[in-house]
Amino acid sequence: MPLLDVQNLTTYYTTLRGPVRAAEDVSFQVNKGEALGLAGESGCGKTTVALSILRLLPSAGKIVDGKVIFNNTDVVALDEDEMRKQMRWKEMSIVFQGAMNAFNPVYKIGDQIVEAIVTHESDVSKKEAEERTKKLLEMVGVDPSRANNYPHEFSGGMRQRALIAMSIACNPKLLIADEPGTALDVIVQAQVLKLLRELKSKLNLAMILITHDLSIIAETCEKTAIMYAGKMAEYGDIVTIFKDPLHPYTQGLIGAFPSIKAARTRMVSIPGLPPDLLDPPSGCRFHPRCPYAMDVCKKKEPPLEKISKQERYVSCYLVTKA
Amino acid sequence: MADSVVNVTNLVKWFPVRMGFFSTLFTRKQLFVRAVDDISFDIKKGEIFGLAGESGSGKTTTGRLLLRLVEPTRGNILFKGEDITTLTESNMKPFRRKMQIVFQDPYESLNPRMTISDIISEPLRVQGIGDEAETRERVSKILEDVELTPPDEFIFRFPHELSGGQRQRIGVARAFVLEPEFVVADEPVSMLDVSIRAEILNLMIALVEKYGASYLYITHDLALARHMCDRIAVMYLGKIMEQGPTDKVINKPYHPYTGALITAVPVPDPTTKRSEVVIKGEIPSPVNPPSGCRFHTRCPIAELPLCKEKEPPMIDYGDGHFAACHLVGKPKWEKHMAA
Repeated sequence: MPLLDVQNLTTYYTTLRGPVRAAEDVSFQVNKGEALGLAGESGCGKTTVALSILRLLPSAGKIVDGKVIFNNTDVVALDEDEMRKQMRWKEMSIVFQGAMNAFNPVYKIGDQIVEAIVTHESDVSKKEAEERTKKLLEMVGVDPSRANNYPHEFSGGMRQRALIAMSIACNPKLLIADEPGTALDVIVQAQVLKLLRELKSKLNLAMILITHDLSIIAETCEKTAIMYAGKMAEYGDIVTIFKDPLHPYTQGLIGAFPSIKAARTRMVSIPGLPPDLLDPPSGCRFHPRCPYAMDVCKKKEPPLEKISKQERYVSCYLVTKA
Repeated sequence: MADSVVNVTNLVKWFPVRMGFFSTLFTRKQLFVRAVDDISFDIKKGEIFGLAGESGSGKTTTGRLLLRLVEPTRGNILFKGEDITTLTESNMKPFRRKMQIVFQDPYESLNPRMTISDIISEPLRVQGIGDEAETRERVSKILEDVELTPPDEFIFRFPHELSGGQRQRIGVARAFVLEPEFVVADEPVSMLDVSIRAEILNLMIALVEKYGASYLYITHDLALARHMCDRIAVMYLGKIMEQGPTDKVINKPYHPYTGALITAVPVPDPTTKRSEVVIKGEIPSPVNPPSGCRFHTRCPIAELPLCKEKEPPMIDYGDGHFAACHLVGKPKWEKHMAA
């Protein structure tokens, strides 16, 4: 019984030019204490999936189909009040993208964490919340006395740590981290990822790590879901996917990543551009950029199919027969 | 040296810290941000020279100093043997034709009101090269070089009609339209998506080979630097800590800071576990850099008081591999670098 079971999640954004099909038919599962890496280029729908799970979509965004089952509850069916009182922060929380700007610049860091606790746990007094904030800051490696500082007095790495402290303030079971390493320096990024790994094993947290950087996923996660243009391309155990990628997009993405350990080579790129999601290509959305595209790829959309006894899924006609 | 395109000796750039009215009245001391503090290196013809380091280490300032986009405080910059450190703007102009820059952010560095052909032909116009027909021809040719084909489809478009990757190609085209001998590439792909990065980098390598130009490639990504550069220099707080052929620096670093940078780079392979040695803290303020070796406050093997008091000299370890660390060869260092 997985902790989080996302089934055929489909989210559209309404615009004047028509619906943007940001995420379509996305399905994956996350078990307790397990980390899933959600990878893909910008605009492929990673963040949309995360916001859909937490029901934090902007007003133009709407979940049009699918279920998000969290601990036997369908999150999509909850109303906003139940969502805030029962789910958000207590059960699942998010570390927002861009630690630099995620805090309100005119409030003290500590007060902002206290606010998150008090909003979601109405039985906690302000005093208790302040105590807990200090403990949380200590846990993520920030000196508790810094709770009285304003965000601009924190360095980038410390802001990211404080943001992580805030996200685990109400002991959630699932933590979604949206690009936790971007905009940080390599060394600071390594520190933050180490912290996330430590918290994961200490608190038995389930994690969804959203990133465009496959190497971060390789080091942190057990499973990965590769997304392309709002669809899942490949999903499964991390070792098999990295060693033997089946979808041409996954192959391209892994090839585009230089490794510092490997010999100096010419980097491989994927020609072309990600499509416009207002009017995605027919059939397989990757076919205009795919080096192996066949006739059937242009006409029929490949389903996400299980291809081995292990939990491994691919949506490509090269692997599954049309 | 005869075969070097750019030769930098003891280059220094201190930016004065702007202070409030009252603090100027009561403090006599002017504070400086020591962005670049006494660095020397040279870039050979046809070479890709990488400058790596964390943000705030002075990489971008160095790039701009070489092009005289900021004025150096001290030191010398030789361009093909000629001293350009103190040339006036008008004497500088013929040199500007041979040195160009590709900026980091293709969304901010192209004028949104200019068409692609205006953007690319502006350097030609400024330098007064060619008539209308020649300009048109050179613009089409360079667009073909950066693989924006057919050129006629692009010349009358505006930047907002192009994707990030295409914009950066325009940035590259603008730099190469003058057929420069030296190009500063300031993190040219850090704003781009992974699948597009490799294309731009391969394009830049191809152009270097075609025009025989040299690059100063500024980056924070050592994995990319390894695949791009012939030689690299690692900067920290305005100083060069280590410098040498890329393979040597990455495979056998001498400086603990280089070692830390390398272990901090995540490896896209789930079966290799990198060591958990992560150095603590973040880069200190360049206004008041630490004394002695600037890295001693974060160095896992720093030996006090030596590292705190004495600045380590640049030592040659053969094959053009230099490093500035007191502890090279000591047992503590051997043990740390082996891990």
